[in-house]
Parts: sequence; C-alpha cells; structure tokens
Amino acid sequence: MAIQSSIRANLYKDSVSLMRISQVTVARTGVQRVTLLMGTRSNKEFLQQAGLMSPALESAKPGDIMIVVADDAPDKLAAAEREIHSQIAGEEPKGGSTEAAAEAPPRSISGGVAMADHADLALISVPGPYAAAEALKALRQGLNVLLFSDNVPIEQEVAIKRVAAQKGLLVMGPDCGTAIINGVPLGFANVVRRGAIGLVGASGTGLQEVMCQIHRHGQGISQAIGTGSHDVSSEVGGITMLQGLELLAADAQTKVVAIVSKPPAPDVQKRVVERARAIGKPVVICFLGGEPAASAGNVHRTSSLEETARQAVALAGARQSGGDEQSAEQFAERVCASLAPSQRYLRGLYSGGTFCSEAQTIWRAAGIRARSNVPLAGADRLADVEQSHGHTAIDLGSDEFTVGRPHPMIDYGVRIERLLKEADDPTVACVVLDVVLGYGSHPNPAEVLAPAIRRAKAAARAQGRELPVLCFVCGTGSDPQPYEIQKAMLADAGAEIVGSSTGAARVAQAIAGRMAADDNATGRRVMQGGER
Amino acid sequence: MNAASSALQDKTSVISLGASGLDRGVESSGAPLVRLQWQPVGDGSPEVAWSLAQLVGDAGDADCPGSRIDRANAEVLERILTAQPVWVDVAAHASEVWPDMGRTLLHAGPPIAWNDMCGPMKGAVVGAILYEKWATTQQEAERLVAAGGIRFAPCHEFGAVGPMTGIISPSMPLFVVLNQTTGNRAYAPMMESGGAKTLRFGAFAPEVIEGLKLIENVLAPCLKAAVAGIDGGLPLKPLMSQSLHMGDDVHNRNTAATLLLYRAVTESLIKSSISRDLVDETLRTIGADDMFFLSLSMAACKATMDAAHGVPFSSIVTAMARNGVNVGIRVSGLDGQWFVGPADIPVGLFLPGFSEADANPDIGDSAITETAGLGAFAMAAAPAMVQFVGGTPQDALRYSREMAHVTIGRNPGFTLPMLDFIGAPVGIDIRKVVDEGRRPVINTATAHKEPGMGIIGAGVVQAPMKCFVDAVGALATAATR
Repeated sequence: MAIQSSIRANLYKDSVSLMRISQVTVARTGVQRVTLLMGTRSNKEFLQQAGLMSPALESAKPGDIMIVVADDAPDKLAAAEREIHSQIAGEEPKGGSTEAAAEAPPRSISGGVAMADHADLALISVPGPYAAAEALKALRQGLNVLLFSDNVPIEQEVAIKRVAAQKGLLVMGPDCGTAIINGVPLGFANVVRRGAIGLVGASGTGLQEVMCQIHRHGQGISQAIGTGSHDVSSEVGGITMLQGLELLAADAQTKVVAIVSKPPAPDVQKRVVERARAIGKPVVICFLGGEPAASAGNVHRTSSLEETARQAVALAGARQSGGDEQSAEQFAERVCASLAPSQRYLRGLYSGGTFCSEAQTIWRAAGIRARSNVPLAGADRLADVEQSHGHTAIDLGSDEFTVGRPHPMIDYGVRIERLLKEADDPTVACVVLDVVLGYGSHPNPAEVLAPAIRRAKAAARAQGRELPVLCFVCGTGSDPQPYEIQKAMLADAGAEIVGSSTGAARVAQAIAGRMAADDNATGRRVMQGGER
Repeated sequence: MNAASSALQDKTSVISLGASGLDRGVESSGAPLVRLQWQPVGDGSPEVAWSLAQLVGDAGDADCPGSRIDRANAEVLERILTAQPVWVDVAAHASEVWPDMGRTLLHAGPPIAWNDMCGPMKGAVVGAILYEKWATTQQEAERLVAAGGIRFAPCHEFGAVGPMTGIISPSMPLFVVLNQTTGNRAYAPMMESGGAKTLRFGAFAPEVIEGLKLIENVLAPCLKAAVAGIDGGLPLKPLMSQSLHMGDDVHNRNTAATLLLYRAVTESLIKSSISRDLVDETLRTIGADDMFFLSLSMAACKATMDAAHGVPFSSIVTAMARNGVNVGIRVSGLDGQWFVGPADIPVGLFLPGFSEADANPDIGDSAITETAGLGAFAMAAAPAMVQFVGGTPQDALRYSREMAHVTIGRNPGFTLPMLDFIGAPVGIDIRKVVDEGRRPVINTATAHKEPGMGIIGAGVVQAPMKCFVDAVGALATAATR
C-alpha cells in the first residue's frame, strides 16, 4: 500500500473534527485510509504501531496536524491530500473584511469569561496534557470545572483539586463523563426531571443509569456531581467526592443522597462512609465490585445500579414503578429454549465501563468466570482484546479501542463489527449490548444498531443457530433520542429488551447457568454412556 | 477544606472548550454558553501550558503568583498611561549623551555579533565606520571589525532606538525626548533623506556618508535651535494623538505627524537667528520625507516604555526589537534579559522588480511603537496601511481589535475614531500572547537583504511566539520561586 504523509503546522483540531474530515475525504475521494492526528508523542507511537509513521512526521509538534493517506493506487493520494487540505481550510474561521471576524469566538478562558454572562462553570475536554492547565485558569477566575479530559498527570489533578477545595469550587474529573448541575446536563447526560435525589459518582455510565432509572420510577435528580475516575484513589483522596457530599448535605432540594463508584481506596472509603454517616440525610452507597457491606443508620449499602436507584427512590418516599418485568429465570428459560447445546458463553459488548464491571461483578457472584479487557481485581485479563474467550465482558470505551476513534457511544462501528464476529462463534449463548441515550451519545443508536442485530441474528441462523441479543437502554423518554422509540426499534430487530443494566447481567447469568446445567446434564449422560 | 459553595448557585453559565458536542445539553437547557475556539497555548507544549496556568491572577487569592503579576502590571499600565514624552533637545553628537562610548556602535534589535549580522546591518556598520573615519575603505572597515576594534550593543540598552539597522555612532546627532512624568530620556537618530541610499538600509556609498554629514551639520543644529525656540519643548503625545485622527499609525505612516512637526518647527526656525539657507535646507528635508517624524515617534514610545520597565513580576513587554536575524523582547519584570526568536519576512507589497526572495527578515527598533500601543495596534486609525497586505478598512479595525486580546489596557490618550473613539490597546502581556496564541502584529518596511539596496516594500509581520513562550517560562521561574 502506498502511503503519503505531511504536516499542517500550527492548527489544533479536536479528534472529532479530524475524524469527520477523514470520513468526508474517504467518501469523496475513495481513498482507502485517511489518518489525521495531532502531533503528540502518543499519537506518533500509535502511527508507529500502525505502520504509518514516516520521517516526514518526526518534526510534527503537538499543535500540528499529522496527515497520512494510504491507498493501493498511488494516484489517489494527491487528490485525497488536496481534499483534506481544503476540508481543513473550509473549517477555519473566515478572515477577511467582514464584521463577523471581529466577533470571532474567544480563544482563552479569560476571553470566554469576558464575553460570558457571569460564567461559573468550565466544561473542558481538551487533550489531557493541556487539560489541568485550562482547569487551573478556570478555577483562578472563579469557575467550577467539569474536566471530561482523561490522561491528566495525577500530580496536576491533585494540584488543581487542592486549589479548588481552598476556593470552595468543584473540579469534576478528570475523566468525568457526566454531570447535571442546576438542571443543566453536562457532557454525556440524560434528560431527567429535577427532584429530591442528589447523586455523586465516580463512574459516568453508572450515574447515567441510576439517574435514568430514578426518572423512570417517577422521581428526579437535584444535582448529579461527577468526580472522575481517579478521585477515589489514595493520591487524590476523594477530594471531589467529599466536597460533593458536603454540597448535597447543604442543598435544600436534596432529600436523599446516592453515591455510585468503583470501590475507593480503603482510606478514602473510610472517610467517605464516615462523612456520609454525619450528613443527616439518607445516603445510598454503591461501591460497585467492592466487598458487600452492611447498611447502618442513615447509610444504605447496595451492590447494583438497579438496587441503588430503587433504594434511593424508596427513601425519597416515592412510589416505585416496574416489578411487572418477567424474572431473570423466566426470561432465560424462554431464550434458552431455542439454543443449541454448544451455545454456552456470554459476550458482553459494552460502551459503558461501569456496565462492564457491574456485569463482571454479578457474574462472578454467580460463579461465572469471565475474561475482560478491564478485569475485576483477581479476574483473568483477555489475552487478545480482539478475540473473545469463554465468558467475556469487554469495555469498548477503553483506551485500546478509542485511540484515533470516537467513543463507542458515539460511533457504533466497532461494536457492530464485534457483534457480527460473535455471531459467527458457535459457542456464544448470548450477546449483551448497552445502548446509551442522552446528550453526547449517537443521535439515533437504534437506527444503526437494529440492522446490525438483524444481520447478526441472520448470520447465526444461517449456521443453524439462534443468537439472543440482550439490550438495555440507558435513557429516558425526554432524551433527544426517545427511550420508548429506541426500545421499539431494537425489539423490532429481534433484540431482547431488558429494563436495566443489572437486569441484563442477571438474565445473561441465568442463561449461562441454564446452558452450563444442560452441558453438565449432557456430560453426565456421556459419562453414564461411557460406564455402560 | 471549605465546602464547595458556589457550584450550586441558582444559575449555571458555561464556558466550553475542546471536543464539540459535549455541551449540547447545555445548549438545549437554555443555560448561557460560550464556546471557545481553543488551541494549545504558545508553542503547543504541555509544560508551557502548565507554567502559564500558574501565572493566572486570582481575585480571591492576593498571594498567588498571578495576582502579584496583575498588581505589578497595573503599576506598569499606570506608568505607560501617565507618560508625557516631550521633544526637548537635539544632541549634536551621540558621544555627548554617552561620553564613554568610544568605538561603540549601537544597533537595532537584541544583541548580535558581527558574524551573525544580516547584510544590511553589516553594510550600515561599514558605513558608520567610514562616517566616523575609523577606516577609509570597506575592506579596512571590515578588518577593523574582524579584529575586534568595534564594540556592539543594542540601542535599547542605552535608552535609544534606531530605525531599520538602527546604527548609532558617536558623531551622529540624536533627538532627545524627555518623559516629564518620570524624568527619563530616550534618543533616536534622525531619518536620512535619500530613499534607498541610506545607512539605515545598509548603504555606505559616498553620497550616504554625505547625507549623514548633512544631518550632522545642517539638520541637527537647525532642529536644536528650533526646539529650543519652543517653550518647554514639543509635547509629542498630543501631536501623535492628533495624527492618529489624521490617518497615521505613527509607525509606518507618519504623513500627518510629519506635517504637524513641520508646522511646529517652521515658526520656530523662522524666528531663530539661523541663516535662511540652512532653514531652507532643513524644511526641504522634512517636507520631502513623509516618514521624518518616525524618529520622534520611536523616541516618544521608548521614553514611555523605559519608564514602565523594571517593575518586579510584571509580565508586560517593554521592548520588541529586531536585528534582521532575530526578534527580541524585553519584559518589565525580567530586567536584564532578552527573549529572542527568529525574525520572519514581512508579508506585504513589494516595489516593482522585487519579491519576497529579495527580502531581509524583519529589522529595526521601530516596533517600539507597537510595544507602546501604536503602529499596527492603532491600525484602526490608519486604514490606508492595510493596502500593503491587500486588506480593507475592516481589516484595519480587526488588527486593533485583535491586539486588544493580548494587551491589559487601553490608552485614552490615543483614541481610534473608527472604533467609537475607544483607546488603542496597550500593554502587551506575555501571558495573554501565549494563552491566546496570538502574536503581536507589527507594521514595517521591508529591507533588501543585500546591503545598500534599501527599501523594497512594506507590510506586516508578527513577533515570533518563541520570545513569549521563553519569557513565560522565565517569569514562571521568577514568580513561583
């Protein structure tokens, strides 16, 4: 394959813009591969691994765009490169003689503060190596911060959180995907009604699932404060989680507090629980994947997202809806009726990291050993992330799948490929898919996922099997992609719709149990046959 | 640890930067939203970004480095705005001002060694040596320099500024401008007439040396007498302010300012006892050169910015100067240091027969005007200037608007009619330059890269980001120590 590389100096574009330019270029010129990345060290390493690095790109700086086009036909390369440059130019603000140029958007936080209407929050999603600097500037100018960016050096995270705490400001993140502050959804967030339950969470999709379930139970959210995934480590010490607790304790609208997190470091866990005991409001704590703990006083411990939502709603004194769903066992019995004995293994293909760990937690508790690219402590790591093995739970939002690509909540391409691959595997008993709605996510997931589910099921059927696809939809009827419509489109494609992430993991668990039981029965018959 | 208290105020108003799409919820909720057109700061290095963030001021924390810098900058701005540069004298010879200068030649821009000088500056050095009669031929002059017989120093370090090559030798007369507020003086050589064939563009032919002699023997004594005849000297700020309202930027367009100067000196000269011949010669010289006022403009700006120099912790630029190879900046709070980066070739128009291939990189101390908030910073006042870059009057306004993003204040003494008489932006903050990724714009003439070929065009050029990035690094070290 012929490869051509060049640099567009001194122009930063975020990965989403670069990917859009790549896509348009491929569509317009038919060139096989277009890779556009900023000239950071890690991106150069990525190109190296992909065999796309060239000496021409060595001099690229982090503020330069590296352009790589590849095709079997060398004559296509120049046209593709021209297209890329014209796309890049087309996106630049138009200079020239119009007054519009005078009102060009501000470039810096201080420029933004000068223009904004009493700004009080900065939503930062610039590349990680620059993110803490922007956050610090925002804090110094009196803004709270939601730091979506990941790969922020830990010492910088600690430094900005200390400044924030001194100033009585919040740093949600780094790696904070969602929050709702005063009813304003930030990042990946669902549209939920306002209500009496305040959330603090170190896990983005966990928060989203809990807030959606609370909404579907008829209750609502006062505030949802994300902490970012590193907050509960010993180094950071849970600064944001503790601040969040204080905020919700003092917030008049909040009657019940719920915490959703991976298990914090032991010292942090102790501090959080102690603080929770003292706030004078009921607190539901779900440290997902941690050791089960007993509830005491105002602190209610839960071990799944579904239970967390139910408990919080109950404590808020609201009527709970639901309960008319068929049980996991009934569900599994129906699904398993059409499976072949070879179909024994679960394949969870998640876009939400919390869903992936919740499933592993539930399965492990049921004695199902699953491999993962993000295994629970003590569990087996998947040797090759591209290849499932036995029971497998994959977080497709994890770094190895997202370098140079959009997150799987935005772009279903990688998940669809993987779904079709699993459909070819005769040992697969069922596939579990999460579908996350809300701002930031794909504008119409079912539109791309439903045809893929049809194809996967047809492919399995062509090989003489049924492939159950369990879907749960994390969303609400008020989301930009309405919940009921998404569910209906997926069900119409033959997906099995389960009401929650927890429910889906339990149904999958029941299916695995049944297929393993059948297998044992078969095994016994074989052995008995042998004895005969 | 305080409880976070301000996060849950009734209203949320968001500034969003980075990947697109994450603020859609904010937009839909109707909350106020400002989206930044974000770029990595400065040269794109994360280390610089982090250093810079340490230098941001904080209204709630008077002791943080950034707040100390902000206070120092307020003092600097006050000194800039209250400066009163007045043309008070002509020094008959530079050696009167600096009696110890001996065989020193002052030059434009940051320090540079003979071997590293560009063609025009080398030519001007030769010319100055011939003018001083330290040698009689080019070869002899070059041998003298090569043997270490000449000491070089930047004009800026002597309170002086020189246009283009900026060479000042001991015998040259100098304009003397006094900053009446602070008592400091600034000096600049007089503009030679003669178009291309001038020392400031590196020419050293016999007629160039004759031109220098004319300045020394005719112009200097006449103008010395003229200014002596103006009671209290000639206040330059009102004159420059008026010329902004007449279409000058007092850097690359001085047509109006030169006329105003002409008016001021004419009466004084005629009343003086100087012979009619010399008065004729002087008025003809000033009247023939639209750029004659530039020396006084530069000296006025230098007198202003020197008063603003040396305020500890200040991040304000007090000099931008180019030696034809490098651009150097000085920063008020970082006394004794130059921060340099490679000079660019100006973008603009070329005289017939010349092209970019003939151009020397940016040269001259005249960017002191931009440093003081004039020149390209006041381009809104001088729409004629943007024709050099093929622009429209709207572009002239845009330059002035954009430079407001890298400055800390506005100068009510220099107002811009086309922008509703708002003051020209002034006080370049190295933090803002790096944070905004906007390089200061400079209006300039373009010199031929060969000595003595003279002016070949004019246009705009930007100071290199490296100067500002390095200065931010040095300030971070100094302020967080």
